[in-house]
Amino acid sequence: MIWAMYFAVAVLLTAGLYGVITKKNLMKVFISLSIMETGVNLLLITIGYIPGGTAPIENGNFAKYVDPVPQALVLTAIVIGVSVTALALSLLIMYHSKAGTLEYKEGMKW
Amino acid sequence: MNIMLHMPALLIVLPLLAAFVTPLIDKLSRKARNAFVIAIVVIEEIMMLFFAFHIFSGNIAIYTMGSSEPTKLVTEAAVPIRIVLEVDAMSAFMGIISATVAMAAAIYSISFVEESKGKGKFYTLLLIMLAGMIGMEFTGDLFNMFVFLEILSISSCALIAYRNSDGNAVEGAFKYMVVSNIAALLVLFSIALLYSQYDLLNIAALSKVISYTELDKVALVLLVTSFAMKAGSVPMHYWVPDGYSPAPASITAMLVSATQASLYALFRVSFTLYGKVITASYIGVFLIILGLLSMFIGVTMALSQKDIKRLMAYHSVSQTGYMLLGVGIGLYLLNTSDFNTYGIKAMEGGIFHIINNAMYKGLLFLTAGAIFYRLKTRNLNEMGGLAHSMKYTTLFFIIGALAIAGIPPFNGFASKLLIYEAAYRVSPILSIVAMIVSILTLASFVKVFHSAFMGAKIYEVEEAPKSMLIGMAILAAVIIILSIFPGLVVDKIVAPAAHALANWQVYAGGV
Repeated sequence: MIWAMYFAVAVLLTAGLYGVITKKNLMKVFISLSIMETGVNLLLITIGYIPGGTAPIENGNFAKYVDPVPQALVLTAIVIGVSVTALALSLLIMYHSKAGTLEYKEGMKW
Repeated sequence: MNIMLHMPALLIVLPLLAAFVTPLIDKLSRKARNAFVIAIVVIEEIMMLFFAFHIFSGNIAIYTMGSSEPTKLVTEAAVPIRIVLEVDAMSAFMGIISATVAMAAAIYSISFVEESKGKGKFYTLLLIMLAGMIGMEFTGDLFNMFVFLEILSISSCALIAYRNSDGNAVEGAFKYMVVSNIAALLVLFSIALLYSQYDLLNIAALSKVISYTELDKVALVLLVTSFAMKAGSVPMHYWVPDGYSPAPASITAMLVSATQASLYALFRVSFTLYGKVITASYIGVFLIILGLLSMFIGVTMALSQKDIKRLMAYHSVSQTGYMLLGVGIGLYLLNTSDFNTYGIKAMEGGIFHIINNAMYKGLLFLTAGAIFYRLKTRNLNEMGGLAHSMKYTTLFFIIGALAIAGIPPFNGFASKLLIYEAAYRVSPILSIVAMIVSILTLASFVKVFHSAFMGAKIYEVEEAPKSMLIGMAILAAVIIILSIFPGLVVDKIVAPAAHALANWQVYAGGV
C-alpha cells in the first residue's frame, strides 16, 4: 500500500503547484498552497511508516514500531502551517476590503 | 558558569523572549518600551561581537539544546540526537550582520513609525525576525533551519503588510508569503528525501555519510533553487521590488539581511552538506549563471524605475548577483588545484560583499525612508532640492551610493575588486559583465542623487528626526570602518568565514 501513499504525495504536490502557478483568484492560490503542504506532510509520514508497525511506546512487547521522528516533524510543520494560514487569510481579508475582489488584476490602482 | 558556552542559545533566546515581553511593557508606557527594545538590540549586538571574535580565533561552538551538558553531544546511537546548534566562522560572520542591521533598524524605527498604531506589535515582529535570522545562521540541524526559515518569513511577511492602509503593501506581502512558503515546502520536501535515506537531520552528521544518490541530487536541486528563490535571485526576483517598496524602511533594511540569511543557507547546503560529494562543478556554474542574470537584469530594471525604493530593491537583486558570482566561482573551482590560488579569493570577495551590501543597502533604504518620512512620497519626479534642508541624510546617501557603486576607497570597491580579479581568471566575460553592472549602478544612483537632492529648494522640510539619524549613522560608521581597513577586515573576519565554508571537514568534525 506504500506505493499508493507515494502516488498521493505526487498528485497532491503537482496539483498544488499547478494551482499556485495558474490560478488568478488569490484564495485559490492559497488553497493550492495548503494542498502542497498536505502533500509534503504526507511524504514525511510515509517515509517513517513501517507496515504492521505499532506506535513507539514501550509496553514490554513491541518488535516493530514506526519511526517517531517524522511524526514529530509533521506536528511542527502542521503548527507552522496553521500560522501561515492565519496570516494568509488575514492578508486576504485586507486585500478584499481594498480591492473589492479576490481576483488578481494586473496594474491595480490602489 | 562560563557564559561563552551558552552564547549560541542565548543569542537566539534573548530576542525571542524579548519579543513577547515587549507588548507587555508597551501596556505600561511607550518610553519604557522603546528603551527596552533598544537595550535588547544593543545587548544582542555586543554579545554577538564578543562571541564572534571568540569564534574567529579558530573555535567552533557546539550547543546541544536541552542537555545538562550542552557542549557535549548526546550520541547514544552513534549519531547526534536532539537539536544541535553549531556556530563556525561563517555563521558568526552572518550573525554580526543580522545583529548590526537589526540594531540600526530598531533605533531608526523609534521615530519612523511613531504615528502608526500597533507599535508594540511592530517591535515584537522585528525581534522575532532577528531571532529567526540568527537561528537560521546558527543552527546545525536541517529541520530546525526550516523552522527558523518559516519564523523569519512569517514575521517579515506580517511586517511588509504593516502599512495595511496601502493596498500595495498587502499585495506585496501576499506575494512574499506565496514565494517563501513554496520555498519552505520544497526545503521540507528535500529534508524528507534526505531523512528517508540516512535517518539523520544533523547537517554535520549528514555531510559525513552523504553518498550522492539520485535522491540526493534531487534534494540538492530543490534546496539550491528554493534558497535562491528566497534570496531574490533573478528568475524568482519579482517579489523583491513588490515586497521591499511598500514595507517600512527599517523593515526593508532588515529584509536585505533576511535574504542574506537565505543566501547563507544556500552556501551552507552546497558547501558543507554536499561538501564531500560535490565534485561535479555544475552547481557552481548554475550559481555563476544565476549571479550574472541577477546582476544584469536587476540593474537594467533599476535604471527605468521612478519609485525610489523600487529602484533600490532592483539594485539589491543586482547586488545579490555579485555574491552568487563570487561564491559560485569558489564552488566551481572547489576541489581543483586553482581553488587555493584564486577560487578562495573569489569566495572572500563574495562573502565580503555580503557584509558590505547589508550595510550600504540598509543605509540607502534608511535614507529613502527618511525622504519618505518628510515628503510622504516615493516618487523621484516629485522630489528635489533636499540637500538644502536634509544635510545629514544627503551625506549618508552619498556614502551609501558611493559604496554601492564601488568607488574607491569605499568598501564596495574592495569586495568588487576581489571578485573582478578572480572572475577574470575564470573567464574575462564574467568580470566585464560585473564591471558594466557596476557602472550602471553608479549611473542609476547619480540619477537618484540628482533628482532627489540637487536643484533649487522646493520643499520646506526639516532634517529627519534624531533617532533616524542615529540609525543611519550606525550603518554609515560601519561602512567607513570597513572602507578604511579592508585588508584587516578580510584577514580577520572574511577569510576565516571563507575557509569555514570551503572546508566541510572542519564543520563536520565539530559534531
